[in-house]
Amino acid sequence: MCSSRLLALGLWLIAASASAAPAWEALGKPLAANEIASWDIDVRPDGVGLPPGHGSVEEGQVVYDTHCASCHGTFGESTDYLALAGGVGSLGTATPQRTVGSKLDYATTLWDYINRAMPFNRSKALSVNEVYAVTAYVLNLNDILPADAVLDERSLPQVEMPNRKGFTQAHGMMRADGKPDVRNTACMKDCLKTPPQVSSALPAGFTHQLYGELGPHFRQFMVAAPAAAAPTPAALAASNGCLACHAAQQTRVGPAFADVARRYAAVADAPAQLRQKVRAGGSGVWGSALMPPQTTVTDAALDQILGWILAGAAAP
Amino acid sequence: MQEKTPPRGRLRTEPSLAAPPGRRLFLRQLAGSAVLGAAAGAAADPLPVPDSAKQLGKPVASSPYGQPARFEANIIRRQSPGLTRTNESSIAFTPLQNLFGIITPNGLHFERDHAGLPDIDPVQHRLAVHGLVAQPKLFSMDDILRLPSVSRLHFIECGANSGMEWGNVAVPTVQFTHGMLSCAEYTGVLLSTVLDAVGVDLKRARYLLAEGADGASLTRTIPLSMALDDALLVYGQNGEMLRPENGYPLRLVVPGVQGVSSVKWLRRLEVGDAPWHTREETLHYSDLMPDGISRQFTWIQEAKSVITSPSAGMTLLDKGGYYEITGLAWSGRGRIKRVDVSTDGGRSWHTARLQEPVLSKALTRFRHDWVWDGTPALLQSRCVDDTGYVQPLLRQLREVRGTRSIYHNNAIQTWQVAADGGVHNVQL
Repeated sequence: MCSSRLLALGLWLIAASASAAPAWEALGKPLAANEIASWDIDVRPDGVGLPPGHGSVEEGQVVYDTHCASCHGTFGESTDYLALAGGVGSLGTATPQRTVGSKLDYATTLWDYINRAMPFNRSKALSVNEVYAVTAYVLNLNDILPADAVLDERSLPQVEMPNRKGFTQAHGMMRADGKPDVRNTACMKDCLKTPPQVSSALPAGFTHQLYGELGPHFRQFMVAAPAAAAPTPAALAASNGCLACHAAQQTRVGPAFADVARRYAAVADAPAQLRQKVRAGGSGVWGSALMPPQTTVTDAALDQILGWILAGAAAP
Repeated sequence: MQEKTPPRGRLRTEPSLAAPPGRRLFLRQLAGSAVLGAAAGAAADPLPVPDSAKQLGKPVASSPYGQPARFEANIIRRQSPGLTRTNESSIAFTPLQNLFGIITPNGLHFERDHAGLPDIDPVQHRLAVHGLVAQPKLFSMDDILRLPSVSRLHFIECGANSGMEWGNVAVPTVQFTHGMLSCAEYTGVLLSTVLDAVGVDLKRARYLLAEGADGASLTRTIPLSMALDDALLVYGQNGEMLRPENGYPLRLVVPGVQGVSSVKWLRRLEVGDAPWHTREETLHYSDLMPDGISRQFTWIQEAKSVITSPSAGMTLLDKGGYYEITGLAWSGRGRIKRVDVSTDGGRSWHTARLQEPVLSKALTRFRHDWVWDGTPALLQSRCVDDTGYVQPLLRQLREVRGTRSIYHNNAIQTWQVAADGGVHNVQL
């Protein structure tokens, strides 16, 4: 019996392994080379991915003036968006300027970014040759290429960028088990030699000027928000369903509000009587139509509606 | 007075809350006296029964896709004035000061777009996977939804979160100091599953390029080790499909790694043997050191915490008394092990309570009881993750990295509580 169980288990295992290829591996449609090519636009520092083409600094100036200068400035100097030129040698100073010329380590990155993401409002609108040309022009604005330079898929990866050696991967933040560069200790008592001093705070008026009133940024129920405009009695009559059967001046299923006002004009406790009639409902006073009991209208709303009716139900 | 079992929260022995026996006796004596009787409200106007209790409400499904209460209209993402030049390549911050627990509501998840918010039809959307693979493939959303799925809670934090504060205090509330941070339950497919389905060439493959379907076609290099570990192809966020702002219909989530790597509107993955040095990993998202050298591929978000309440911009309504200090802690290297809270600017620290669940590479909620004595206070939180790493002081970070690196500021945050109850962002 024991052996037959083992045999059964063995047969099951064989069956399971026979169908081991999970069906989900088959999901997805095989991609043909030309399909990949239509999307595969990325370019690496070694030039892999650059399409054949060429463009000169001179041609690039035309492209630049047409598509780029309005944001980046005539000479790539505008810091309104992102300065393209200048700042070489500034990265180690107190006022580093991050530009194409000062920060990029490879010219291929500039080509790749223009090709995929520029112009900002109409990306991928430039032809391959236009991208080569405007890349050449921006490098010329940075004094990296001479004015008569022409770039193509072979020369672009050869361009030596000023910040070629400006990056390091020798740090602890590439891996989850990397070594941190700063070491604090979890002191619990008497941790400060001197009393804490505030070294930086926002200048007076700064927050209000830039961000306005901060009150709404917080949920404090006890601070009352400005009350919304109170609805008119006519609106309350509508929202509570009164106007389904009544109108101000015309008799419908029920009496006109103006007729109610006339009948109760001389009645001392008219509001109380009417409130009771509305709450209880009934028929026979104005005809045979039944007024259903009105239970959902609030006391406050009902008092307002009745006051309005008894005053003649004037249009708001 | 009948002694009932106190609620669980009162059983703790912290002197600030649990009344010692002597004090309980005192309270009982007080209860019989006129003093406490008056305090309990002897004669006052009757409480009004609210209108809502006397009315028929709206029908069900009045709002077929539910909306927050109308009184919550101010609980919104916000841009920081003057931070970006356009509203398309910009950032909207999560209002951390308004949120509870660890889950960011989908409508409040922070939003960082590089070329505006695209409108993508999932029927048309495709993911291409190619490069060093046995069989390049194109996946429809139907294909992806049929693949074996997982759900994981993770935070996403922009590498530039708190970046405005490297040199000095620059922004007024926790929404702007720390609000490029959100946490959700993401549902999707392990990236390793998809790489299996295309037969990734494990001998040669070292990196992936992830590319978005937005106008920027944003690209980031992802190391294969992370891709095969816990990176996710995500379509679900907190039980529903991703919101457009967060990558509808498909995004990458690389847990523990700076947000820009979690490419939104994902449409292409290329497997390669070398990094690409794209614009978003050279010109930007690289950390400039004082010597002018930039650290590249600073992927990991190191352990960090912040108190979300009380926090800057709030005003404490009672000048003194009990306030719960609560906040968030997270680490891109694993779980949060401990959070300590100081109310005296770091002179002394007290270990806070951690709210379960405490998950790897997810936000963890901490809480600490505080009875404010009404005098100025300096509130701080400091977390320790399960590698033993202790969240650093801003001074310690500056000593190594200077003040111009923009990215990866995970310093201890200080909120100053003034005697008038106002809470302010300060640095010590």
